[in-house]
Amino acid sequence: MSSQTDPASNGQPGPRPISAVAGGRASSAPVVGRDTEPTLFELSVPGRHAASFRTTQIPEWAAEELVPAQYLAETPVDLPDVSERDLVAHFTRLTHRQYSVDLGAYPLGSCTMKYNPKVCDEAASAAAFANVHPAAPPACTQGWLEVLVELEESLCAITGMSAATLQPAAGAAGELTGLLLMRAYHESRGEDRTRVIIPDSAHGTNPASVTLGGYEVTTVGTNDRGGVDLDSLRAALGPDVAGIMLTNPNTLGLFEEDIVEIATAVHEVGALLYYDGANLNAILGVVRPGDMGFDIVHLNLHKTFATPHGGGGPGAGPVAVSARLADFLPGPRPARLDDGRFAWAQPAASIGRIHGWHGNALVLLRAWTYIRLHGAEGLRGVAETAVLNANWLKEKLRGTFDLPYDRPVMHECVVSAESLDKATGLRALDVAKRLLELGFHSPTVYFPLIVHEALMIEPTETESPQTLAALADALLLVAREATEEGAAGEARQAPRTTPVRRVDEARAARRLVATYDQRS
Amino acid sequence: MTAPFVPHTDAEVAAMLGDLGLESLDELFATIPAALRLAGGLDLPPQQSEADVVDRLVDLGEHNRPAGRCAGGLVCFAGAGAYDHEVPAAVRSLASRSEFVTAYTPYQAEVAQGVLQALFEYQTMIARLAGLEIANGSLYDGAASLVEGVNLAVAATGDRRVLCSAGVNPRWRAVLATFSKGSGHDVVTLPLRDGVTDWSAAVARPASAGAVVVGFPNYLGCIEDLAAARDLADRTGARLVVCADPIASGLLRTPGSLGADVVVGEGQPLGIALGYGGPYLGLFACRAADVRRLPGRLVGETVDADGKLAYVTTLRAREQDIRREKASSNVCTNQTLMAVTAAIQLGWLGTSGLREIALRSARAARYAHDSLAAIDGVEPLSPHPYLREFALRLPVDAEVAIERLVDEGYLAGVAVRDGFAGTDAEGCLLVAATERRTRGEIDGFAASLEKAIR
Repeated sequence: MSSQTDPASNGQPGPRPISAVAGGRASSAPVVGRDTEPTLFELSVPGRHAASFRTTQIPEWAAEELVPAQYLAETPVDLPDVSERDLVAHFTRLTHRQYSVDLGAYPLGSCTMKYNPKVCDEAASAAAFANVHPAAPPACTQGWLEVLVELEESLCAITGMSAATLQPAAGAAGELTGLLLMRAYHESRGEDRTRVIIPDSAHGTNPASVTLGGYEVTTVGTNDRGGVDLDSLRAALGPDVAGIMLTNPNTLGLFEEDIVEIATAVHEVGALLYYDGANLNAILGVVRPGDMGFDIVHLNLHKTFATPHGGGGPGAGPVAVSARLADFLPGPRPARLDDGRFAWAQPAASIGRIHGWHGNALVLLRAWTYIRLHGAEGLRGVAETAVLNANWLKEKLRGTFDLPYDRPVMHECVVSAESLDKATGLRALDVAKRLLELGFHSPTVYFPLIVHEALMIEPTETESPQTLAALADALLLVAREATEEGAAGEARQAPRTTPVRRVDEARAARRLVATYDQRS
Repeated sequence: MTAPFVPHTDAEVAAMLGDLGLESLDELFATIPAALRLAGGLDLPPQQSEADVVDRLVDLGEHNRPAGRCAGGLVCFAGAGAYDHEVPAAVRSLASRSEFVTAYTPYQAEVAQGVLQALFEYQTMIARLAGLEIANGSLYDGAASLVEGVNLAVAATGDRRVLCSAGVNPRWRAVLATFSKGSGHDVVTLPLRDGVTDWSAAVARPASAGAVVVGFPNYLGCIEDLAAARDLADRTGARLVVCADPIASGLLRTPGSLGADVVVGEGQPLGIALGYGGPYLGLFACRAADVRRLPGRLVGETVDADGKLAYVTTLRAREQDIRREKASSNVCTNQTLMAVTAAIQLGWLGTSGLREIALRSARAARYAHDSLAAIDGVEPLSPHPYLREFALRLPVDAEVAIERLVDEGYLAGVAVRDGFAGTDAEGCLLVAATERRTRGEIDGFAASLEKAIR
């Protein structure tokens, strides 16, 4: 709906045209329904503004008196000029075009989209934490340092490791940190190792991190039970191998049954075991990576410890290590002094900084809060319920979807639409899109790469049995529709009730428009 | 017992186990070798109720001294990459809406148009502030953006030599040094003279390089000569990577218009809480010609099946989940919520507000600079122009002054130390002023500093 009045409206007597509405767009455009929302740039009316500033009594020098003229911009950078009311309306309308955990189930495999307790957000917005400058001296940040030290201690207890760094801002940053720790460890022993082993079921960040860590990737296959193929692992191991990166449970949702044999074989050649913590939710309080033989562990606090994903970030990817690697950790690290006070300390052989400050501190505070709300029993309950949910859902899907590695799963299950695709043309992508209009976010699709038409489903522990049943019913309905109507039926058309329908991804890449200014 | 976030009743758990033919929850973990399983519970502090945890947080918070007008609050003159700018209620309110906060990465575009469009608007605003065509959907922080900017430059030129000004934030330089151990970059530091890069220094004369890196303004607050930096980049065949303060674009010419090929920066001043250093916002912008080397996510415009305008993450073939070991960046999770926050803040500021915030900060900095430099024994480090931050030499070490001024209610600034050992800047006090600093606060600060260094 446009607010513009046509001044030449067919000559009839009527309301006088109002000239003051040139430019901008109405802020009361229809919001319920599927209308597009204009960009903030289209809502802009030059001269309108929302900002106001503190009265300071500071002399109002002109820009030329402060900075030499040759540095000054001739024209200011053009930004949207909107009222606060339009600003709030615009972004509120955008939130109405967005799915989120607070709205409903988000069974994205490998992403652990559990409910995020509200008190954790409130903790992170308290001025006593949120307004602390990162360079404030330790005497002014004793509360913060205590939180960070306690979080390190808790993460070490949970993983069975000796020491940790909280600096990595996300899982991938943690991976690269871990690989640099691996490099520092081997170099300290005078060894030049060149390869890192990764299973073919691994997340894409693993091989990318290996390359950035200065290593070459050696891929090992998966056996028919869904675990690392021991024979090909042994064949790949040698004195030039720096380490192996494993996710356990792996991306098929299966626990690596041969982990002890794997650890022994890797350690025998002097290499290290890296634990990708993406799937730690499955084993909280049940088994610890340190007890499995891992030397380096990264955790995704935005998965296991319920810090909100923020539409793609921020996360936090702390790294915990065994005692022999502690001296290499990034620094400075928060430390508990003998007198009960807290300070920053630099590890003896630190690889150096990997974050501009101390890591994503307010994310770390949320995770600290989450761990305190659970304690040991609560965290074990998280793992038990997550695993119960995944197995129960998998059984509900048996007989309709393929179960490629049909063993009891951990926190997630990977099912396949391969048979449905062959029989009806229903692909995993169609299932995902049809689920969207049935009210569920879709599972992860086409991952892991080793399963055709994969649907990777991670319900998490915070979804009730009723939600699981409804999700299972929805998945079975999609399959039944395809069988009864063929693939040209419901699913291929879906989604139709979402703010937009299937998007043309190829066009986006072919005719790149990544800013409003690139619109033609 | 389970925490209240797990909804299952005992009866439901029993029924679900029954459906699986199991008798106990322990049996769910039968595939884990028994010898590995934890015998006792985890060694953690006991489970607490929400109210108990909040009590503990309040106790802990009393041991912090935040910036601002609250109990124990300090008047903040610290910067060094984290600034006490205004964050209005509208921005805090919108940025804490749970549709933004609790969404996942927008892989299913049909139900993620909110985040995608907000990122599209963010990319547009950051590209304009940078004076370049393309900006990504965010990286972790300024330091991470610097590393990725250097990676882009090295990949584009095939030259691993990086000429990095000593005026670039020393913590960012430290992060670059750490990651260069993996990537094999050869980082050469260009020294400063009087607070700005000495482009005539001998180390600034190699035949070739992959990247020239400079701060704008630099860590010590000085406005660098980007024409000289561009000249060095041209002579060596390097990409010019500028570490830019986004607020500076409210007043100064944009880095892109001054010759930057890549603009990286810390987006915290754009509406993000000081937050003890994170989560912040890595800004990243580049030329359209380099878009296929862009790290991280990029949102583009397209249409849906009905021909309606829609947004989607695009040029996905660059990313780690597709390119795997051939990817030039491993970034997956980024700082989307911070990017959305920055877009809201920039919308709140508008064209005039961004200029106003930069001008008011510069005025406050000038007033503080002149007030503090008038104190006997206090000398500005550099004669060069600055925007909202400057370094002072005190008769005592800066850390001593900072410690003493905390007792007077001021966070006096940041001591220049790491990354400047052996230079004339070592031990100086780096002072920042924003539009939030008043004449009364600055007068009080100057009076307290005069006493503290006497």
